[in-house]
Amino acid sequence: MKDKLHELGEQARGKMAEAGSLEELNEIRVRFLGKKGELTRILRGMGSLSAEERPRVGQVANEVRAALEEELAVRSASLKELVREQKLRSEGIDVTLPGSPGQRGGIHPLNAVLEEIQDIFLGLGYSIAEGPEIETDYYNFEALNLPKDHPARDMQDTFFISGEILLRTQTSPVQVRTMEKTAPELPVKIIAPGKVYRRDDDATHSPMFNQVEGLAVDRRITFSDLKGTLAHFAREMFGGKTITRFRPSYFPFTEPSAEVDVSCVMCGGKGCRVCSHTGWLEILGSGMVHPRVLEVSGYNSEDVTGFAFGMGIERIAMLKYGIDDMRLLFENDLRFLRQF
Amino acid sequence: MKVSYKWLQEFVNIDISPRELADRLTLAGITVEGVKETGEGVSKVITGQIDSISRHPNADKLVVTSVNIGTEKLQIVTAATNVREGDIIPVAVEGAKLASGLAIKRAKLRGVESRGMMCSGQELGIDPKTMSAEQASGIMILPPGARIGEDAKEILGLDDYILELDLTPNRGDCLSIIGVAREVAALLGKPFRLPQPSFGELDEKTEGQVKVDILDRDLCRRFVGRLIKNVRIGSSPLWMQQRLRAAGMRPINNIVDVTNYVMLELGQPMHAFDYNLLQDGHIIVRRVREGEKIITLDGAARDLTPGMLAITDPSGPIAIAGVMGGQSTEVTDKTESILLESAFFNPVSVRRTSKALGLRSEASLRFEKGIDIGGCARAADRAAQLIVEMGSGEASAGRVDRTSETITERVVQFRPSRASYVLGVDIPGETARDILTSLQFKVQDANGDLLVTIPTHRVDVSLEVDLIEEVARMYGYDKAPETLPFGKSTGGMKTIEQAYTTRVRSQLAASGLFEVMTYSFVHPRVFDLMNLPAGSPYRNTLNIQNPLSEEHSVMRTMLLPCLMEVLVRNYNRRVQNGAVFEMGRVFVTRGLDTQPEEKTILAAAAMGCAPGSWNLAPAAFDYYYLKGVLENLFSALRTAPVTFRPESADPSFHPGRTAVLEADGVRLGILGELHPDVLEKYELPVKVTAFELDFNQLLALSGQPADFIPLPKYPGIERDLAVLVKKDIPAEGIFAAIREAGGKLLSDVSLFDIYSGEQVPDGMQSMAFSLKFQAVDRTLTDAEAVEMTNAIAGALAGKFGAELRS
Ligand SMILES: [Zn+2]
Repeated sequence: MKDKLHELGEQARGKMAEAGSLEELNEIRVRFLGKKGELTRILRGMGSLSAEERPRVGQVANEVRAALEEELAVRSASLKELVREQKLRSEGIDVTLPGSPGQRGGIHPLNAVLEEIQDIFLGLGYSIAEGPEIETDYYNFEALNLPKDHPARDMQDTFFISGEILLRTQTSPVQVRTMEKTAPELPVKIIAPGKVYRRDDDATHSPMFNQVEGLAVDRRITFSDLKGTLAHFAREMFGGKTITRFRPSYFPFTEPSAEVDVSCVMCGGKGCRVCSHTGWLEILGSGMVHPRVLEVSGYNSEDVTGFAFGMGIERIAMLKYGIDDMRLLFENDLRFLRQF
Repeated sequence: MKVSYKWLQEFVNIDISPRELADRLTLAGITVEGVKETGEGVSKVITGQIDSISRHPNADKLVVTSVNIGTEKLQIVTAATNVREGDIIPVAVEGAKLASGLAIKRAKLRGVESRGMMCSGQELGIDPKTMSAEQASGIMILPPGARIGEDAKEILGLDDYILELDLTPNRGDCLSIIGVAREVAALLGKPFRLPQPSFGELDEKTEGQVKVDILDRDLCRRFVGRLIKNVRIGSSPLWMQQRLRAAGMRPINNIVDVTNYVMLELGQPMHAFDYNLLQDGHIIVRRVREGEKIITLDGAARDLTPGMLAITDPSGPIAIAGVMGGQSTEVTDKTESILLESAFFNPVSVRRTSKALGLRSEASLRFEKGIDIGGCARAADRAAQLIVEMGSGEASAGRVDRTSETITERVVQFRPSRASYVLGVDIPGETARDILTSLQFKVQDANGDLLVTIPTHRVDVSLEVDLIEEVARMYGYDKAPETLPFGKSTGGMKTIEQAYTTRVRSQLAASGLFEVMTYSFVHPRVFDLMNLPAGSPYRNTLNIQNPLSEEHSVMRTMLLPCLMEVLVRNYNRRVQNGAVFEMGRVFVTRGLDTQPEEKTILAAAAMGCAPGSWNLAPAAFDYYYLKGVLENLFSALRTAPVTFRPESADPSFHPGRTAVLEADGVRLGILGELHPDVLEKYELPVKVTAFELDFNQLLALSGQPADFIPLPKYPGIERDLAVLVKKDIPAEGIFAAIREAGGKLLSDVSLFDIYSGEQVPDGMQSMAFSLKFQAVDRTLTDAEAVEMTNAIAGALAGKFGAELRS
C-alpha cells in the first residue's frame, strides 16, 4: 500500500508538470487529491491493514498529500505568472503614436516678454502704473521739459487728434501723472508699460509699439542706483553673464542721460551680424529725472532725486527670440504665434 | 554730421586712430555711427596730363592718348569724351585698384595697347550726389596747375577718414568741426586751437557802404556783415571741394563753397548777397508784412506769412532769415561784390518758419538748435580770410556788427557735493575743475564749490545738473558703481485689474486661443464691413489728423474688426482654423479737444475647428466652443452668475445664433456667430464666432468669495432622465424647472445627450439628463430617488409638455 501511495505521488507529479493551464492543473488536483480522488480511494483500503501498520501508512499518505499540495501551489503560481505575462503582452500599444491633441493656445510674445519684465521689477518693489494712450501735449511733451518748438520734438514724429490732443509717443507721461498723484509722499517706484505711437513704418519701426517706463524717486536716489538696477534687470532678462554699458546721451526729461547697451545676446560680445560686429546691443534709454520734471510734478528737486528709464518691448522680444522683422509681431500669423 | 579726421587735426593733435577716436567719442556721448575711409580700396592712381589725343585706328568710339605721369608717358586708350589735350586727370596705372575693387592691367583695346585708365570721381569713391551732373558723367578733370605724377588721392584729399556722427539734438555745437574738435581735445587732454583769422584788407571800410537795421531784435539778436569787393567767381580749390563732398555737400563756386565751408567748420550758417543787387546797400531785418512774397534760391515762388523773419532791403524781402536766400540777390558769374551775412536768428522762429514752408536746410537745422552768438564775427572773418587767400576777392576793412544786447556768458555754480548726491560717486573738485576746463568752460574756485562760466557755444548748458552731466560723461559713466536704491522699502504689487489681466490671458490661452496684438487705429471702412447702420455709436470715432494712410486713420471703437482682419489674413495664407483673442483699449470720443474715454475690451474670434487626430474627431470652433471658453473663464474668475440672453437685433451678428451676456442686470458683452453679411463683406468663406466683453464689467463681477461646502458623508444616487420636448424650448428653462422640482436633494444636473431624427417626431428632440441626488444627513433610498425623478418628469410634462422616454 505504501508502494501504491508512492506510485500515485509520482504519477500525479508527472501530470502536474505537463499541465499547460490552470484549468488542467485543477483537473489534476480533483483527480488525485479531491474528495473522490485517487488518494482517497487508496486510503479507503486502510481498513484491511493491521493496527500497527495503519499509522505508518497514514503517515506516508499524509506525506504524499503534503508533497503534492506543495507541488500544486508552486506549479499554479508559475502558471499564473505565465498567464499574466501573456495578457500584458497582448495588451501592448504603440507608444510612439501621437497623443490626443489638447487645446493649446498661447500668449502673444510681446505680452509674454512684458510679464517677464514686470516680474523682475515687482521683485524689486516696483508697482505697475498705467496711463492714457491718448494724451495731452502737456503730459506727453511740456511737463517732460519739451516745450513747443523744441527741436528734440523731432525725435518723435507724432500723431495728432487735435492741436493739444495726441497719441502718446512714449510712456513717460505716466511718470508725471504718477508723481503728481504721489507728491509730496516718497518714495515713488513704478514701471509703466503700454502702447505708444509714432509716425514710422518699416522693418524696424511700427506706428504702434510697446514701451515699459521705469521711475524711482526718493531722497538720495543716484545715478549709481540706476546703473545697479538696470544691470540687475539685464542679468535677469538676458542671463547672469550679461554685461551692461552706459553711454552718455540726451533725453529732455533726464539729466544726466544714458543709453544702455548690453553685451550681445547672440555672440556674447565677440561681435556678430546682430550687433553689427560691435559686441553691444542698445536696449534702453535712461537717466536722472530732470529737476524741471520733478518740480512740475510737485517735488523739491534740491532734496529729491530720481531715475527713469524706458525700453521698447519689441526690441527686447526680437532679441530674445531672434525675430528679424518687427512687422511679424503685429501680423498675428498663427504659424508665428504658435512658436512661443 | 560727417566729420573729416584730417580737418579735425587742424584744431587738435590727434594721436589715436580714427576708429579708436570713434569709440572714445561714442562713450563720451558723441555717438559715431561709422567710420569711412575716403577713397577706400583705391591705390596707385596718379595725376597725369594728357599730351595728345589721336584717333583709334580700329574703333570710332575710342581714342588713343598719351599721358604724362611725370616719370614716363603712358599710352592709354579711352572712350571718354570730356577730355582735352592739356587736361590733368587721375590715372590708374598698371597694378592700380579702384573703389569698385577693379584691378587695372595692361590691356589691348581693339588691337591698341593701353597702359592704364583715366578715372571718374565715382571710380575714386566719390559720392556722385556730391558732384555736378557734368562731373559725375565723365573723367574727373583736375584744375590747371595741379601737380603731375603725384598720388591722386592726396591731391584730391581722398586720404582721409570720415566719422559719421549721430548727434543728439542738444549738441548743436557739434554740428561743426570745431565743436567736435573741442570734445576731442577734452577727451585726449590736448590743447584746442581756435582759428584766429587774419588777412589783408582794403582801405575802404564795410561800415558806411553797408547799412544794417534790425527792427525785430527779439528774432535777430546779432547781424554781422562783411563786404568783399573785386570778386572773381570760379571754382574752389580741390581740398575745399573734397571737404565739402566728404560732408555730403556739392561744390558750387568759390563764394558759395566758402560760406558752406565756414558753416561746416565753425557751425555758423552764412549767406552771400550780391552787393550790387542790394538796394542802397541797406539791410533791414524785420518780420514779414502781409502779402510779401519771395522767389527762393531753389526757384520756388513762396508766399510769406506775417510773423516770419525776413532779410529785406528797401524793395522788400531778399532772404528768409536762417532758412534760404532769395533769387533777386543771388551770387552769379557776374557778381563783382558780395555782402557776407553771419547772424544769430531766434531758434524757435527759424524752426517755425522752416516747418511752415517745408524747407529744412543745413542752415535752418543749425539755427533751430541754437548757434554760438559769440562766434558770428569770427565766422565772417574766417570767410573773408578764405576768399582773400584763394584770391577770389578783396575784403573791405572791418565789419558791420549789430547786436540787440551785450553778449554775456552765464555763470553757474557747481557743487562737488551735489554731484556726489546725484551720481552716487565722489568726483574730487580738482578732477571736476580739470574736466570743465578741458571742455572750454572757465572755472573759478568759490569755497570748495566752482563758479563755472558757460561759453556762448554751449547753449545746452544752463543748470548745475548740466555741468554734473558734463563732468560725469568725461569722468566716465563706467566709473560709477552699481548699487541699488536704499531707503523706505515698497511692496511691489499688481493692482487687481493687472492681476486679472494676467489670469484672463493664461486662462484663454489654456482654452486653445492665441493672443494677438493689433493696431489701435483702423480704416473707417471697417464699420461698413461690420454691417453697422449709419447712426451706430461705434461710428463716432476719434480721427487722426495726420495718419500714415487711411488704413490707420481712426481710433478703434471695437476690437472685432481687428480680429476679423487677423482671421482673414490667416485664412488667405491658408491657415484656416484658429481661435484668437485680444485685450486692448477702444476709444470713446468726448469731443476733439478732450481726451477720450479709454475702455479695455476683451474680444475673441474663431473659425474652423480645433485640431483633430487619429483618435479624436476635430471639435468645431463654434458658438458652443466659445461659450464653453467663457463659462470656464467665469468659473475661474469666480464671477457672479452670467446669463446668455438670445439676441437677434445686433447687425453684426447672426440673429439666431447670438446671445447678450448679462449679470445683475448689467450688460457684459455679446457672443455669437457673425452675420453672414459681415462674412461676405470680409470675403471670408467660413463661419466665424466671436465675443466682445467689457473688461471692467467682467472685473466688477469677478472674485466672488469661495465658500467651503463640506464633502458628502453619505453616498448619493445617480439617475438618468430622458424626455421629448419641442425643439424651440430654451434649455435654460428646462434646467431651471428640473432644479426647482428636484429641490434641495438634487445636487447636480447635467445634459449628456440631445437627439433628434429617427423615432423622434418632427420639431421635437430628446434630451437626456443625468441627475444626482444627495442628502447631507443620510443615505437616500432608491425609492426616494425614483420618486424625485418622477416628480421632475411630472414638472417637465406640466410646464413644457415633455414626454418621458424610456
Ligand atoms: Zn553679437
